[in-house]
Amino acid sequence: MARRSVQISSTTILGVLALGVVVCLTLGTLVAVAMRAEGAGRLGPADWAAIRFTLWQAAASATLSILLAIPVARALARRSFPGRSVLITLLGAPFILPVIVAILGLIAVFGRTGLISQVLGLFGIEPISVYGYHGVILAHVFFNLPLATRLILQGWLAIPSERFRLAASLGMGPSDIARTLERPMLREVVPGAFLVIFLICLTSFAVALALGGGPKATTVELAIYEAFRFDFDLGRASLLALVQFGLGAALALIALRVAMPSDMGAGLDRAVTRWDDRPALLVQDIVAITLATLFLLLPLGMVVLDGLPRLLHLPDVVFGAALRSVIVALVSAALTLALSLPIAALAVRHNSRVVEALGYLTIAASPLVIGTGLFIITFPFVKPSDLALPITAIVNAALSLPFTLRALVPALAAVERDFGPLADGLGMTGWTRLRHLWLPRLRRPMGFALGLAAALSMGDLGVIALFADGDNATLPLQLFRLMAAYRMEDAAAAALLLLTLSLGLFWLFDKGGRVNADR
Amino acid sequence: MKTALSFVAGLALTTTAAMAADKPVLQVYAPDYFASEWGPGPSIEAGFEAQCGCDLEFVTGDVMPRLMLEGERTEADVVIGLNTDVTARARASGLFAPHGLDVSGLTLPVDWTDDVFVPFDYSYTAFIYDNTKITDAPNSFDALLAMPDDTKIVIQDPRSSISGLALLLWVKSVYGDKADEAWAKLNPKILTVTKGWSEAYGMFTDGEADMVLSYVTSPAYHIIAEEDLTKSAAIFDEGHYLYVDLVGKIANTDQPELADAFMAYVLSEEFQSGIATSNWSFPSKLATDKLPEGFANLPVPAKALVFSEEEAEAIRKPALDEWLAAASK
Amino acid sequence: MLTVDSMRIEMGDFSLAGDFKIAPGARVAVLGPSGAGKSTLLAAIAGFQPLDAGQILWDTKPMPKDPAARPISMVFQDNNLFPHLTVAQNVGLGLRPNLRLSAEEHTRVANALTRVGLEGMGDRKPAQLSGGQIARVALARVLLRDRPVLLLDEPFGALGPALKAEMLELVRTLLDETGATLLMVSHDPEDARVLCNQVVLVADGQAHAPVATEEMFANPPEVMQEYLGR
Repeated sequence: MARRSVQISSTTILGVLALGVVVCLTLGTLVAVAMRAEGAGRLGPADWAAIRFTLWQAAASATLSILLAIPVARALARRSFPGRSVLITLLGAPFILPVIVAILGLIAVFGRTGLISQVLGLFGIEPISVYGYHGVILAHVFFNLPLATRLILQGWLAIPSERFRLAASLGMGPSDIARTLERPMLREVVPGAFLVIFLICLTSFAVALALGGGPKATTVELAIYEAFRFDFDLGRASLLALVQFGLGAALALIALRVAMPSDMGAGLDRAVTRWDDRPALLVQDIVAITLATLFLLLPLGMVVLDGLPRLLHLPDVVFGAALRSVIVALVSAALTLALSLPIAALAVRHNSRVVEALGYLTIAASPLVIGTGLFIITFPFVKPSDLALPITAIVNAALSLPFTLRALVPALAAVERDFGPLADGLGMTGWTRLRHLWLPRLRRPMGFALGLAAALSMGDLGVIALFADGDNATLPLQLFRLMAAYRMEDAAAAALLLLTLSLGLFWLFDKGGRVNADR
Repeated sequence: MKTALSFVAGLALTTTAAMAADKPVLQVYAPDYFASEWGPGPSIEAGFEAQCGCDLEFVTGDVMPRLMLEGERTEADVVIGLNTDVTARARASGLFAPHGLDVSGLTLPVDWTDDVFVPFDYSYTAFIYDNTKITDAPNSFDALLAMPDDTKIVIQDPRSSISGLALLLWVKSVYGDKADEAWAKLNPKILTVTKGWSEAYGMFTDGEADMVLSYVTSPAYHIIAEEDLTKSAAIFDEGHYLYVDLVGKIANTDQPELADAFMAYVLSEEFQSGIATSNWSFPSKLATDKLPEGFANLPVPAKALVFSEEEAEAIRKPALDEWLAAASK
Repeated sequence: MLTVDSMRIEMGDFSLAGDFKIAPGARVAVLGPSGAGKSTLLAAIAGFQPLDAGQILWDTKPMPKDPAARPISMVFQDNNLFPHLTVAQNVGLGLRPNLRLSAEEHTRVANALTRVGLEGMGDRKPAQLSGGQIARVALARVLLRDRPVLLLDEPFGALGPALKAEMLELVRTLLDETGATLLMVSHDPEDARVLCNQVVLVADGQAHAPVATEEMFANPPEVMQEYLGR
């Protein structure tokens, strides 16, 4: 709509600036790397195998996550029990878990000497192996089942309760309700959720490395790492990064046509009241919730158990690194907000899905290429180690954008729909609108977004390798150093510290967004 | 935003504060493990600074990629922690200057003639096992291949790990043209292939794997630091692949005297007697009777296998393809 | 003088045209069937609805583009108060959108609240108010904005009959005081009789020129008859 001339300009300028930063960080760094390359890269058969495996594992992981999430979401949607909301929050934990911590936990449960193998051993059954294709997919399901459950649960809660009452008054049984109410909802929600998880699994790196079990399970991001690190073939690295972008962009185009899941930060506090309950359904729901809880929380429990003995005896440098990581995470969270709010405003103001899609670019970007590109660009001017932590903060912020935008764009659209005309009529523009309308109305999604960004930043060590100097290690890097120094028990304690800080930061921000929020 | 910016500025400042002192600064590029509190870095820094009147600064991370990106403009004066597998590329970059040191008194198991890179320690690749669980450890590579397939071994990916690459060359030097057959026998026993040494070794100490690809000197850590005698290296009759850690001087350093002094310090007895227990490997120039106790008694391979730089560079690619083909079956 | 000059709005199947003037101080009810475009007419006058043709004039000058710069206060069907701001802050927005009020302005806010019968309730949040009280807060803000035109888009639709009569009475007193021009959308023709001296009929894609209320009810045109069910 052609109106609010003052408002349009400031929103547009800031939004375009923020988008510019994102495009520079993603495509700009890729161009920088490609230009530095000597000669064009060529993809070998191993690279094509990596591309095939990447697509296959992403599709398999997304499919499995969704299939498993449906019964869990249905059970959570129709059961209300004490501790339900705490459980929903806890079940979300794996999504924001640092990858290295998660892998330690998964191995402690599913490894050859893990819990399950030990139980099987009591019955004389051979230990199971978690390494290989199925290990990669298991880890991806572990990370993404919570997200899938959350998205699908929202779909369930979005069905108006009147429809369930209508169904009850018409005497519909569970299968009738599934046919008339639930399956149509799933048809709307599932494709979007599938795409999001597919995209997340597309750039998988550390999971494939640790659990892939060998060169068969090489993802594109891993191939980029090898091209860069071992062959120093920048041409091939940038070509692979371009392929990864292409895959992401192709999916993003599809995503623009499919309804994308809305409002990741929405509340899930109520259950649907239903009248079609039977004992069989109750059993089914109890099984679904129990299994999901065990699957998602046991690995976390093992990390806690393994880490506790040495936690208080950790060397001071580990706590120093933890403090550094927390500061980087806080800065990164603030930067995420500073980037995503203008982009969200631009997308809402111009009702533009293209703007939103550009904000999602980073989901398909290679952190390694971003780091290398930034190094090539900044090295002639600044001492790289001076930039180590700021660049870590900025890149982590950019990598969190897709998720924070998903929380902010629909929420901001709702605020503008409800209160935009009133604010316009009163002349609330620019800073005043931000201060008195957006910030207070967006507290919940912003708390969620800040928490997510901070937690994702805590666990990441993707870009720091080129910039680091000896004295500014972050907690994940310190964890690796402990392992490299044979100190596996200290490393387990550092993993517990990392887990606690990541979840703690998320919880604090998310809670901060909820407390005293006027609905 | 203001607070965020001052945070970032503050972070940047903390890293530059150390530079304020007016002593000359010697920048030493090193792999990440070097500068960690438990790595060899801190004691080297303290030892060298006590005699040089300078500030030794370790810059850690991906050393070779970073050097290649920086090229002639690099700020590095010295690079430490390179391995024989990357020296061909490092040499070809033209960034390094001859060391000019007398290397005749080295205690390496092979003759050292390189005029650019100086070895500061060495070890051999080996498979480590728990001697309370495996009592009849293999005494040859053939015996390893003949072990039952439910013996689980963790190795490192030769594309991302130096020890992984060393295994590739080890297999090649033992089996030559029949390396693919050896891989076919080894593969069923391989539990997983990790990115780096740390993850693999962690799996081994957690009991996930029965054996792990590491170094003959790894048990020394357990013996000296943990008084744990249960970890042993399997010593093979065919010999073990030699693994040498190197230091080199950057040609256009702005601190040539300091750089030379550091290169010389690396071969001093002070450095050499400390490196064994900080980098858990054999010093490159130290008489056996001066080794720490846990080291002196370590079983050592009778034969060191090694490829020349040119051979290694020529073998690397085909051997990798051979391994990929075998591992993808 | 408020002039709707050869206005035309097209939105898919929907269209609305209008060409009329409203005298200063007039109290005009906007009546007509559902979906005919009563709210769209108000939105166009307020500056929320772009025109495809024509213009809206105030005293012979075209209205500015920015809704806030127009000589207009508007009360919507709902979402008239920001839930996160106190009653006093919501009213204070009428004086300064950035809420940086001087001591004198704080007093004016308090006085306005007293004026609408909400004395001492400035610190409450909207969630603690009844529907009638919410409408009063919105009117207190209108009072402080002190614009010559007041647009009411059915703000009392959800109130019970007694409460609605009370609110209409309050609006009448405020108008008596300020002499503002009123345009009020309503579903209930009775509202027009109580408060308004003129009626603009919106039907069949046309916003008709205002007619005196008595004339409209004494001699309703055909569409009006249908609407009234006579």
